[in-house]
Amino acid sequence: MEKRCIIGTRKGTFLCQKVGSEYRLKLCGHAGVSVNYAAVDPNTGSLWAALGFGHWGAKLSRSDDGGVTWNDTAQVKYPEGARYLASPDPGEEGEGEERFVARRATLLKLWVIAFGAPGQVHIGTIPGGLFSSQDNGASFELNRPLWNHESRGGDLFTGDGNGKTHWFGTPASEGEFAPGIHSIDINAKAPGQIRVAISTAGVLESQDGGATWRGRNLGMTNDYLPNPEAEWGHDAHFIQSCPADPNHVWQQNHCGVFYSSDGCQSWTKVSQLEQGVHFGFPIAADDQDGRTAWVVPGISDQKRMTIDGGLFVARTEDGGQTWQQLRRGLPQESAHDVVYRHALSVSENAVAFGSTTGNLYLSEDRGETFQTIANNLPPIYSVRWG
Amino acid sequence: MARVEMTAHLKTLFPALAQEPLVIDADTVASLVQILEQRTPGIAFYLCDELGRLRRHVNIFVDGEMIIDRPKLSDRLKRESVVFVAQALTGG
Repeated sequence: MEKRCIIGTRKGTFLCQKVGSEYRLKLCGHAGVSVNYAAVDPNTGSLWAALGFGHWGAKLSRSDDGGVTWNDTAQVKYPEGARYLASPDPGEEGEGEERFVARRATLLKLWVIAFGAPGQVHIGTIPGGLFSSQDNGASFELNRPLWNHESRGGDLFTGDGNGKTHWFGTPASEGEFAPGIHSIDINAKAPGQIRVAISTAGVLESQDGGATWRGRNLGMTNDYLPNPEAEWGHDAHFIQSCPADPNHVWQQNHCGVFYSSDGCQSWTKVSQLEQGVHFGFPIAADDQDGRTAWVVPGISDQKRMTIDGGLFVARTEDGGQTWQQLRRGLPQESAHDVVYRHALSVSENAVAFGSTTGNLYLSEDRGETFQTIANNLPPIYSVRWG
Repeated sequence: MARVEMTAHLKTLFPALAQEPLVIDADTVASLVQILEQRTPGIAFYLCDELGRLRRHVNIFVDGEMIIDRPKLSDRLKRESVVFVAQALTGG
C-alpha cells in the first residue's frame, strides 16, 4: 500500500493517502466531532479514533473497512471505586494535613491509543488512567498497579492510600484539572516493556506487562519547581523510543528536549537554544537509528508560538549533540503554527506534521524539503502514519 | 407511557431512536435511561457518566421542567409525561 497517514482534528478524522505522485486528503469520519487521536493498528489494519464529544463524553471508535464506516468499540469506563487525589479547587475543602481531596474518577478524555502484540490495545486517559484490551477492543480494563502507584497516592480502591499525590493536572484536561497519560511507548521486541508519560508527573515504566511500575525520571530537570531535580512533577509533553533500538528514548518536555540511551534509566538534556531547540510539544524517533529524532520547536512555554514567525522542524542524527533546522518548503513569514504533541509522525523517510492552524505539511526526504498538503483543515490534534 | 423526544444529534448517533413515536413505560428518569439502554445499547454512557450522573452538557426536561436530581435521575414520571433530552454547549 502507498504511504498513508491518519489525521485527528477538531472536526473529524481525515486520511492522507498517496495516489500516484500526489497525496490526497479526505474526510473519512466523525464530521463535526473532536478527534483527539487517530491511529492504525499495525496488526489488523483497523483505524481507531479517540473522540471527544462536547455533550456526550469521550468515546472510542473503530473502522474495519479503511474509514468507510465507523462503530463504537467497547467503551473505556473507570471501574466502581476508582478514586484519585487532587488539589482542591477554590471553594473545595480538602481533608488531612496535605489537604488533597479524593475524587471519584470518571472519564474526561481519551488522549492516546497504542498497539502492542496482536489483539492488545492500550488507551491513555484523563484522569491518568491506562486502559488495556487483550481482545482487540471488545473490553478494556484499568491498569490498577499504575492507578494505585505510590507516586499518586497508593491504593484508594480498598483504603485511603498514603494521602499524597505527586501527579499534577494538565490544561489539556476537559473538565476537571487532572493528570493525563498522553504517551504509551511499547517495546516492539518485548511487548511486556511499557513506558507511559504523564502530564504532569513524568515517565513510568513496566517491564512485566503492567504488573509493576517504577518512575524513570533520573536526570530530568525542571525549571518551574522549587527543587529542579525532584523525582516527580515533570511535564513530559511526549516520549517515543526508536522501534529498532528501544533503549534510545526521546522526550520533548516542557523544560527542554531530553534523550536516554539506556532505556530511560537516565536522561540527558539535549536542548540547543542557539538552534531554537528547547520548547515544543511533539517529538518523533527514527524507525531504525536511535540517535536520530525530529522536533517542531516553539518559542518558550510562556508564548507557545513559532520562533520569529518562521516555521521549522529540527533534526538530530547524533543523539542530540547537534540539531539542524529544516525550513525548506515551510512558511517563513507570519507563520504561527503550533504543533501539538501527537501531530508529528515519522515513518522511514516520510515526515508529516499538522498544526492547530489547520496546516498539514509532509516531507519524503527526512525533512530536507516539505510540501504543503492542506492549509484549511480544522485544528489538527494528531498525525500518524499507518 | 412517557413519550421521549430528543435532539436530532442523538438520532444521528443512534438511528434506531429515529423511529417515532418513542414511548417508554418508566416511573423515573433513571429507569427510563435504563430501558433506553436496553433498546439502544451504549446510549446510557452518552447521557450519563460512569457514576450514573447526567453529563454536564446534557439536560433532560420532564413536562417542560428541567430535572432536579442530575446525580441520580430520581425525578418521577407521570403516565403521560413528555421527556425531552437536550444538549447544551457553546463554542465553534
